[in-house]
Amino acid sequence: MKKHRGETLSWEATDGVIELALHREPINEIGSATLGELEQFIEELEIATGHASALIIYSAVPQGFCAGADLRELYEKGRPLPVEARVAGVRQFLERIHRVLNIIDASPLTTIAAVHGVCFGGGFELALACDLIVADRVARFCFPELRLGLIPGFGGIPRLKRDVGNAVVRDLLLTGRSFNVQKAQGIGLVGQVAAEGEALRIARSTAAQIGKFDRHTSVAAKQFIKPIPYNELRREIEIFCTLFARPAVEEALHKFSESRDLQPYLP
Amino acid sequence: MSTLDQTTDEILKLAAAHFKVQQEKLSPDDDFFEKLEIDSLQALELLTRLETHFRVELPDYEMQGVTSFRALAERIQSRL
Repeated sequence: MKKHRGETLSWEATDGVIELALHREPINEIGSATLGELEQFIEELEIATGHASALIIYSAVPQGFCAGADLRELYEKGRPLPVEARVAGVRQFLERIHRVLNIIDASPLTTIAAVHGVCFGGGFELALACDLIVADRVARFCFPELRLGLIPGFGGIPRLKRDVGNAVVRDLLLTGRSFNVQKAQGIGLVGQVAAEGEALRIARSTAAQIGKFDRHTSVAAKQFIKPIPYNELRREIEIFCTLFARPAVEEALHKFSESRDLQPYLP
Repeated sequence: MSTLDQTTDEILKLAAAHFKVQQEKLSPDDDFFEKLEIDSLQALELLTRLETHFRVELPDYEMQGVTSFRALAERIQSRL
C-alpha cells in the first residue's frame, strides 16, 4: 500500500499494519470530503489486505477521534432543496457510508480504533465497526442524534446491539447522554484503557501481537464471532430517512448550524 | 462522605490545575465557562476528569443550566 496524504485522511502500511489517520480540523466531522477519501481508502484496503494483519484507525487532531457527521454541511446542502430531494441526498450519503463501514466491519484484518477525546455519533459508529476499541482516559462516547430528532444513521444501532445488552442500548440511545471510558469499558465496548495520549501506542502494540498469529485462523475466527447485521443496517437507513423528512429535524439542524453557543455539544 | 464545600474545593483545585489558572482567582459562584475560558468540548473534558476524580457518572444533561462551580458540585454531591 502506497503512503497517502489526503485532505481529511492519510494512510500507510508498515510491517503488516495499515494505519488510517483522520485529520480534518476541528474534530474529523464526516462530510462529503471525508466520505470520498474513505471510499478511496477502502479500495486500496481491499488490495492491501493480503499483505497485512491489522488496521488501526486513529485521529491526528487533538480534540478527539471524531465528532460525527458534518451537520453544517448536511444542513447547507439540503437547505435549498425540497424535502424529497433532501431525503434522497441523505439516503445516498448513508448508503455510501454504510458501504464503507460494512467493508471495514467485515475486513479480514483485525481492526482497532484508537480513541481519544470526543467519539460522538458517526465517529462512535466508525469505532463500533472495528473489532477492538482502545481508548484513553479522556475519551468520551455519545450517540447524540436524538437531540436532533434523529437516530444514528451510520449503522450505530445494529452494531451497538451486537456488542452490548438491550438495556444499555436503550439507556444510551433514549437519553442521548455521553459517557466516559470507565463506563465504556464496564459495558464491554472498550477493551483496553490507555493513559491520556497513549491509545495509539497501545493500539500499535496490540496490532504487533496480532501480527504473530496465523492469518487464516484469525480470519476464520472473526467471520464466526462477528456477524454483520446487514438487514438491520438497511432498516436503520429507512428509519433515519423517514425521520429526516420531518420539519423538526431541519429546524434542529438549522439551530445547530447557526449556533454560536459555547455549548453546542451539551444538551 | 465529603461535604458540598469540600467537593467544591476539589473541583476548583482540579479545574485550576488542568486549565492552568491560579486557584485563588476562582470562587465557587464563578461561571466556569467564563473564568476558565473554555468551550463546550473542554467542558466535557472537565466533566470526564471530574467523573474520574469523584468516581461518579454524571450524564451531560445534568449540566443543563449549570454554570457555576458550586452548582457543579451539587450535581456531583447528589451522586456520592
